[in-house]
Amino acid sequence: MDNSLNTERHEYDVVVIGAGGAGLRAAIEARQQGKRTAIVCKSLFGKAHTVMAEGGAAAAMGNVNSADNWMVHFRDTMRGGKFLNNWRMAELHAKEAPDRVWELEAWGALFDRTKDGKISQRNFGGHEYPRLAHVGDRTGLELIRTLQQRVVALQQEDYENHGDYEAYIKVFAECTVTRLLKDGDRISGAYGYWRESGNFILFDTPAVVLATGGIGKSYVVTSNSWEYTGDGHALALLAGANLINMEFIQFHPTGMVWPPSVRGILVTESVRGDGGVLRNSEGKRFMFDYIPDVFKDKYATTEEEGDRWYTDQANNRRPPELLPRDEVARAINAEVKAGRGSPQGGVFLDVSTRLPAEEIKKRLPSMHHQFKELADVDITAEPMQVGPTCHYIMGGVEVDADTGAAAVPGLFAAGEVSGGMHGSNRLGGNSLSDLLVFGRRAGAGAAAYVDGLKARPKVAPELVDEAHAEAVAPLGRDGENPYEVHHELQRTMNDLVGIIRKAEEISEALQVVEKLKERVRLVGAAGSRIYNPGWHLAIDLRNMVLVSECVAKAALLRQESRGGHTRDDFPGMNPDWRRKLLVCSTEDGSTVTVEEKVQPPMRDDLISLFDRGELSKYLTDEEMTEFDGIAKS
Amino acid sequence: MSYKAKFKVWRGEGGEGKLEDFTVEVNEGEVVLDIIHRLQATQAPDLAVRWNCKAGKCGSCSMEINGKPRLGCMTRMSTFEEDETITVTPMRTFPVIKDLVSDVSYNYQKAREVPSFTPPADVQPGDYRMKQVDVERSQEFRKCIECFMCNNVCHVIRDHEENKTNFSGPRFLMRIAELDMHPYDVADRQESAQQDHGLGYCNITKCCTEVCPEHIKITDNALIPMKERVVDRKYDPLVWLGNKIFKRAK
Repeated sequence: MDNSLNTERHEYDVVVIGAGGAGLRAAIEARQQGKRTAIVCKSLFGKAHTVMAEGGAAAAMGNVNSADNWMVHFRDTMRGGKFLNNWRMAELHAKEAPDRVWELEAWGALFDRTKDGKISQRNFGGHEYPRLAHVGDRTGLELIRTLQQRVVALQQEDYENHGDYEAYIKVFAECTVTRLLKDGDRISGAYGYWRESGNFILFDTPAVVLATGGIGKSYVVTSNSWEYTGDGHALALLAGANLINMEFIQFHPTGMVWPPSVRGILVTESVRGDGGVLRNSEGKRFMFDYIPDVFKDKYATTEEEGDRWYTDQANNRRPPELLPRDEVARAINAEVKAGRGSPQGGVFLDVSTRLPAEEIKKRLPSMHHQFKELADVDITAEPMQVGPTCHYIMGGVEVDADTGAAAVPGLFAAGEVSGGMHGSNRLGGNSLSDLLVFGRRAGAGAAAYVDGLKARPKVAPELVDEAHAEAVAPLGRDGENPYEVHHELQRTMNDLVGIIRKAEEISEALQVVEKLKERVRLVGAAGSRIYNPGWHLAIDLRNMVLVSECVAKAALLRQESRGGHTRDDFPGMNPDWRRKLLVCSTEDGSTVTVEEKVQPPMRDDLISLFDRGELSKYLTDEEMTEFDGIAKS
Repeated sequence: MSYKAKFKVWRGEGGEGKLEDFTVEVNEGEVVLDIIHRLQATQAPDLAVRWNCKAGKCGSCSMEINGKPRLGCMTRMSTFEEDETITVTPMRTFPVIKDLVSDVSYNYQKAREVPSFTPPADVQPGDYRMKQVDVERSQEFRKCIECFMCNNVCHVIRDHEENKTNFSGPRFLMRIAELDMHPYDVADRQESAQQDHGLGYCNITKCCTEVCPEHIKITDNALIPMKERVVDRKYDPLVWLGNKIFKRAK
């Protein structure tokens, strides 16, 4: 069967899959470096999940507190990730984030301002100083719109010079990639279909940047949209790349819990950053009972001190509502379990008694709107009910920190689909800055890779035929309803590999996943190829099941609790495990194997940024001896 | 709490189609998009609908519910009577691809025709200084989630296909106003708003403002001020004289 005839074919230097913050920033960079660049996205241009980001982009510009700098940001990031982060990524991120934010301003972004006209910065969980550049609580929208408009600006430039808007950068919207193609061990192309028409499309390209975001749609309660089906994670695995840290999933502490149809939708951390407090059914600010030892000296121990901090940060410690997200999510979970939850199974998040109504509407307009319209709750007059929701995966494609390059030559990854930067837990605000810093680096990495190629890899027709056969298969089958299979996967992951985990449950989940794999191979999609969501889901299921297996297998192996991985049967953090990364790969495209890998030790000048006392809470004795050697020299 | 609702949903592709009847379960707190999803999962797996965030932030699920442009995710079922038949159709101003999904490429084309943000050449990134009060005017317009319902409802193009070439619709006239009011934008936008994007077609019926899910005052804060700026310039005697004496290069 030769499908090369009815599949449209495009040649590019760099193909970016995903059009959220990371994808757009990568594409902009590749195009600015003169590469012919394609942006492929599952939704319309400008709709990617980045629009959901609310709080802001963390960047140590020091506009609000001049004591802030990249070293403080680096330390906060490593602490937030419980020292499992790829330290080189955390370093580059902290150093480059301010430039990336300022650049957006030169492309037309309008951030909220300080009194002296600079970009305003807000407080957020785990950040020592006010650090998040923001626009009310719709920062993600500003970011994506600015990048989208920058792409358009580049297209206008190309139109001036070449008479064609799409001469150097083109958006393929509502288009899904199902397979990456290789020539030997190198990337040679990508295969996919147009969602609108169901027609097939082949990209002949030596470089692919994955920027597909996360995997939240494998869970029932999630803040993620339908797009988050782990496509990039799966495409990378299937192409022979490795995934790391897949056991670490961030359950955002505050998702809506009612009404049921919006369960999981995000309630921004800015509510707490701007003064909101968490209370249980007894009216108690319970977070004071949940400050872990490693953070004891950094958080207020009384409500009075916590409240003073909002106006005087120099002389008071921050309130524990602003602990990193993993801590807050576990605390809420524990309160609900202990029977001190709200009527609809969450806890109370109250900003109404803390700020004047007008101030709330000004600072948190989209939260005010969201609760009013979807839950009939006026947040200026009554508390919200909130609970944990699957929000972000720290794990992803193992990449070179400087270039975003994966193990497969020609494959790059940036943003949520990549792994390492955030360690075991991401700080709020570090995602938008991550997208910008590593989106740019991956775009540059791909451009440099293309420059260094001696010959362009070739697309083998038989691989195209295989990819085609795989994609059309569900249409011809009179099989099971894909929606039912999807629902069972979501329930399984939610109940058995959720926020609190134990060996028996994870093993049970793995058995279910094994059975689901079979069922996914047999799902059928009724109807034509034209805009057929049942068919699209049938194809996405392959990715969700594969990625879920990675999550469950890694979660079973890691016998400790750290960040976004909490084991009921291994409640403590274990310094030996801090040095180990769990690396997922697949040989046959269906079974995942997980291997341990040693995390390289931190560079001397970076580890020296921490106090001995703090390090001793995370590092092994052996590592501490080495540290003492560095400190002396 | 749950009941069976009667729905009429437009179904079809390639220019053909009709309203199809469905009876479907509705539970407490649900929105129209939930019901469309339930139809997909239980009765019509290939029913096409765009959606993403389900929280009114991405502007994907624009549709017409009982003839009114609405976001499916922000239209609560409790706003209808239980015995009411709810009719869901795609946006009317743009060609239908299938079912509730329409071809909105007109909007992306118009977006590309608005010259981009043009800062002064000598301002470096990091050196921008703006007052909050000065950015707020454009910030209001940047709340736009590009649901394109304002363009969908605007009568200039809703019933006049022929106007699409010369008229960019409220969305992109507002974009021009946003840039015109940006403290650092130096491009001359007023003449082009009138000549290239059809600002003059707008006769301020405010339909766009009424349907905006972000409650942006498109007409009052963007379109009318833009019209005033254009008029001021057109009838300013000094500008007129200047134009007469020094024939403009363009």
